[in-house]
Amino acid sequence: MDTTSTNTAPPSPLREFWGYFSQSRGAVAGLYLIVSIILVAVFADFIAPYSPIEQHRENLLQPPAWQDGGSWSFILGTDAVGRDILSRLIHGARFSLFIGCVVVFLSLVFGVSLGLVAGFLRGPVETVIMRLMDIILAFPSLLLALVMVALLGPGLINAMIAIALVLQPHFVRLTRAQVINERSKDYVISSRVAGAGTLRLMFITILPNCMAPLIVQSTLSFSTAILDAAALGFLGMGAQPPTPEWGTMLAEAREFILSAWWVVSFPGIAILITVLSFNLMGDGLRDALDPKLKRS
Amino acid sequence: MFRFILAKLALLIPTFLGVTIIAFGFIRLIPGDPIELLAGERGVDPARHQELMIQFGYDLPIWQQYLKFLGNLLSGDLGTSIITKQSVVSEFFTLFPATVELSLCAILVALTLGLPAGIIAGVKRGSMFDHVVMGGALVGYSMPIFWSGLLLIMLFSGVLGWTPVSGRISAMFYFESPTGFMLIDSWLSGEKGAFKSAVQHLILPTVMLSTIPLAVIARQTRSAILEVLSEDYIRTARAKGLTPWRVVGVHALRNALIPVVTTIGLQIGVLLAGAILTEIIFSWPGIGKWMIHSISRRDYPAVQGGLLLIAAIVMVVNLLVDILYGLINPRIRHTE
Amino acid sequence: MKKHLIALAAGLGTTLAVASMAHAKTLVFCSEGSPEGFNAAFYTAGTTFDASSRHIFNGLVKFKRGTTIVEPGLAESWDVSADGRSYTFHLRKGVKFHTTKSFTPTRDFNADDVLFSFGRQWAKNHPYHKVSNASYEYFNGMSMPELIKDIVKIDDYTVRFDLNRPEAPFIANLGMDFASIMSAEYADNLMKAGTPERLDHDPVGTGPFQLVVYQKDAMIRYKAFDAYWEGRAPIDNLVFSITPDASVRYQKLKAGECHVMPYPNPADLAAMRKDPQVNLLQQEGLNVGYLAYNTKKAPFTDARVRKALNMAVNKAAIIDAVFQGAGKVAKNPIPPTIWSYADNTVDDPYDPAGAKKLLAEAGIKDLKMDIWAMPVQRPYNPNARRMAELIQSDWAAIGVDAKIVSFEWGEYLKRAAAGEHDSVLLGWTGDNGDPDNFLAVLLSCDGVGGSNRAQWCNKEFEGLIQQAKVVSDKAGRTELYQKAQAVFKREAPWATIAHSVVFVPTRKEVVDFRIDPFGGFIFYGVDLK
Repeated sequence: MDTTSTNTAPPSPLREFWGYFSQSRGAVAGLYLIVSIILVAVFADFIAPYSPIEQHRENLLQPPAWQDGGSWSFILGTDAVGRDILSRLIHGARFSLFIGCVVVFLSLVFGVSLGLVAGFLRGPVETVIMRLMDIILAFPSLLLALVMVALLGPGLINAMIAIALVLQPHFVRLTRAQVINERSKDYVISSRVAGAGTLRLMFITILPNCMAPLIVQSTLSFSTAILDAAALGFLGMGAQPPTPEWGTMLAEAREFILSAWWVVSFPGIAILITVLSFNLMGDGLRDALDPKLKRS
Repeated sequence: MFRFILAKLALLIPTFLGVTIIAFGFIRLIPGDPIELLAGERGVDPARHQELMIQFGYDLPIWQQYLKFLGNLLSGDLGTSIITKQSVVSEFFTLFPATVELSLCAILVALTLGLPAGIIAGVKRGSMFDHVVMGGALVGYSMPIFWSGLLLIMLFSGVLGWTPVSGRISAMFYFESPTGFMLIDSWLSGEKGAFKSAVQHLILPTVMLSTIPLAVIARQTRSAILEVLSEDYIRTARAKGLTPWRVVGVHALRNALIPVVTTIGLQIGVLLAGAILTEIIFSWPGIGKWMIHSISRRDYPAVQGGLLLIAAIVMVVNLLVDILYGLINPRIRHTE
Repeated sequence: MKKHLIALAAGLGTTLAVASMAHAKTLVFCSEGSPEGFNAAFYTAGTTFDASSRHIFNGLVKFKRGTTIVEPGLAESWDVSADGRSYTFHLRKGVKFHTTKSFTPTRDFNADDVLFSFGRQWAKNHPYHKVSNASYEYFNGMSMPELIKDIVKIDDYTVRFDLNRPEAPFIANLGMDFASIMSAEYADNLMKAGTPERLDHDPVGTGPFQLVVYQKDAMIRYKAFDAYWEGRAPIDNLVFSITPDASVRYQKLKAGECHVMPYPNPADLAAMRKDPQVNLLQQEGLNVGYLAYNTKKAPFTDARVRKALNMAVNKAAIIDAVFQGAGKVAKNPIPPTIWSYADNTVDDPYDPAGAKKLLAEAGIKDLKMDIWAMPVQRPYNPNARRMAELIQSDWAAIGVDAKIVSFEWGEYLKRAAAGEHDSVLLGWTGDNGDPDNFLAVLLSCDGVGGSNRAQWCNKEFEGLIQQAKVVSDKAGRTELYQKAQAVFKREAPWATIAHSVVFVPTRKEVVDFRIDPFGGFIFYGVDLK
């Protein structure tokens, strides 16, 4: 038996993480899908056969290529104003990713800050912040987002702000719970004894150790954001036409559900695949990062 | 236990006040003139506009309007709809049973299918069944339900013709609706085919609305079961020689279901949000559809009143779930 | 008591079920929205009128079914004084009111009912004026308060209206929905009982149908009024099944769940034409969709600029893409179904090269402007957003950079009235079939700052339409309106886009349904095979 000592240093955190993560085939599949979607979004201008807002007046409501009346110049068919559906789907990926990033960014920045402040300072500040979050949670998310968008005016930016607001409480609660957990630990107390200021304690000492559940929550919120934005778009309150956002495409498609099935089906499939891939990855991340469930 | 309930109730009051401020404030901040909306393309001259503003009470300063609003709220008056001139409370509760019926059916389906699926998936972890259930749950969880609803209609009503397209019951039936729940009323009426029609109209909307709760409940139950199954006392039960099903049924289940109760509570908000989309797609005459139309028509009192009532209902349901949780969770039950 | 009710309902139910198969004719109309209420005087939406005034009530005059021709209603005849300021109505005798759960009439219709119905809307101190938080939008919108000087009861069957000035369209106004006649006796009873609001929720009228029940947002049910003065309706029951989505309405029509449906999706029309079960009726709507330029803002003060922009718009493409064929290009501000329509008007040709030249002539280069598009669907414009996109790309082809702007509907109307736009998409649906109802409301100097969204005040045009209000013979008015349309074409304050074509699919079993030019759905006189 080989007794020479091999390098037995513990694997780097990244390798360890990848080890757990790749155990789940679903998670890896999710990751690959997401990478593909990102690539599609980034290179949309090169991949898409046409401009997403160009109207081909001779080809209104053309069926997909494999059906009667379709042609291979418009693979997935065209919509009521003659726009190529494939190109719109490809460019729509940009919007969906953009929505996810902006919403998660906003929620993280505000949610985490509020959660840190609440968990760290406790007392009346915490009470006020948590009550505020309770109030937001008292309304069904879509309804609150709708009223907010009605207030700010229909449009993509306003929809994103509304959704970010609605997702706040999850981040705040999560961060606060983590902070409360961590603040009584030795390393925090010793930092405080060493004279670290409040801000430093919050952001530099405690926060890095709370990252794991936040990363998971961010991934899941990414998919929630895409779904909510699509719902708002469907109700006419989100991105406005001719923006090729998938939910908005579905709103315009509603009147064709009996006569032009391709206008209805493809945007929905795009949403499903994108959201699914983020959820897959989110699950994988949770399993890989959360020590308690490592055994699952 | 009593202190637990009281504490929860005490939390409710400031939250509710905050909700009233938001409901009131939001609506007042919405741009768009309800008087102009009433007038349409014809337009309304400034004198008449002012007259109508006074009639509807919009000319007072904001904080006065808020106090008036609170005062009315305490006496149960949530204002009158600008569009229909009817009391908002009566409009809301006329339509509410429809939403409740739909939501109850959806949550029942979600529980009946989700709980067993989650339990079996958890017990038979790693099996084909587990993978299928989890895969299905993940897809259901990621599904844009307004799209799946459209597809359901396309397939089952359009192509196959198995289910009706919208509404709660065929227009051919007419009977008094004492309870507002179409299933009960159609049964009571004794009319031939009425109950069947009501059930048929409920099928697709229930499928659409139950998608997400079903997925979430299945997943949560599985996680809960897995967590419980790895506990020591389960190992002890197994070591004692109890059959696997007895282990699960008697020992694991009770404790696994505790976190699931919380999940169900959280799903109420999701359910109401989903109900809005379902009611739009299936022309289901409930409060979801009513809220959407009120928002787009700038019917201030209706949106305000609706928001408030819906939030109140969500809070009450959450409170009940919390109490239920406290009752069945022995750690809380026995802290007195 | 409840047991009896249930037994009764069960009995009725079985009777109905059997009857619906053999004897009782029930016509189901899949309506597109919920009525705002049942007193037509408070509201302006066609959906509400279908549910109330068009079936439950009558007016002093009415329009011959399927036309805009005025004919006697509850008034058998009327005399107009020589100066055009007095209208004396001779009322019909023997007209009965409905008997409902809340009211049993003890007398026939007479002048008191006329005085009540108008007095309530007109007199601010009328005991019913403020009941139900009412605002009488149409009464005010048609300028009735400042038109009517007095309403006088001469005897039980004669009423005289005194006007402040001659107004030829007055007779047509009385055929409109807000002028529905209600029961003064019912009103008195309710006032005495302390529940006057019931007048508006439990309506009682003289019309061919009476309200049985309204299940909010779901269904309205009517039954035929046996003692209706014109003769009982051929059908026994009328049901409105409220279905907001057009695709869903079509599915229900195909499945036989409804007999008549409004506002089909243009995309479904081809299939409807081929369907043997469906009878597709069509008629031009009493409406016009237009793009109004803000004639008070430079450079739109110059008629050449407006003409040039008109010439750049490909209207045929708009009919195809927006209306999907369910529209007709508009060349005049009034639709072809209205008398005095100027057939010989020559429309601005689609000529982008000529448009460029004209713009250059007017000294305009690199024009940047906005196009306002409505967020809602209207009868005269099913998709303003799409229309704006098409116009935007048409104008881009002649070097004009247009931005599409939208607001929520109430805000949109308000700002357009104030003149914040460069150009705005809007339209108009006629109220009473009179050309004055289009030309004066939308293009008169009075309307600037209100419904005249082009902010256009032209002396020649104004003179013509004001004179036409005063002249009472139709031939004279026709001539004046035709001259006015010529002025309009020359000055081009609008780009007249289209008149919608109204399509109404009905099932083959429906007999003698006629499309109402006013956009209503009227089921009196309709039968089921």
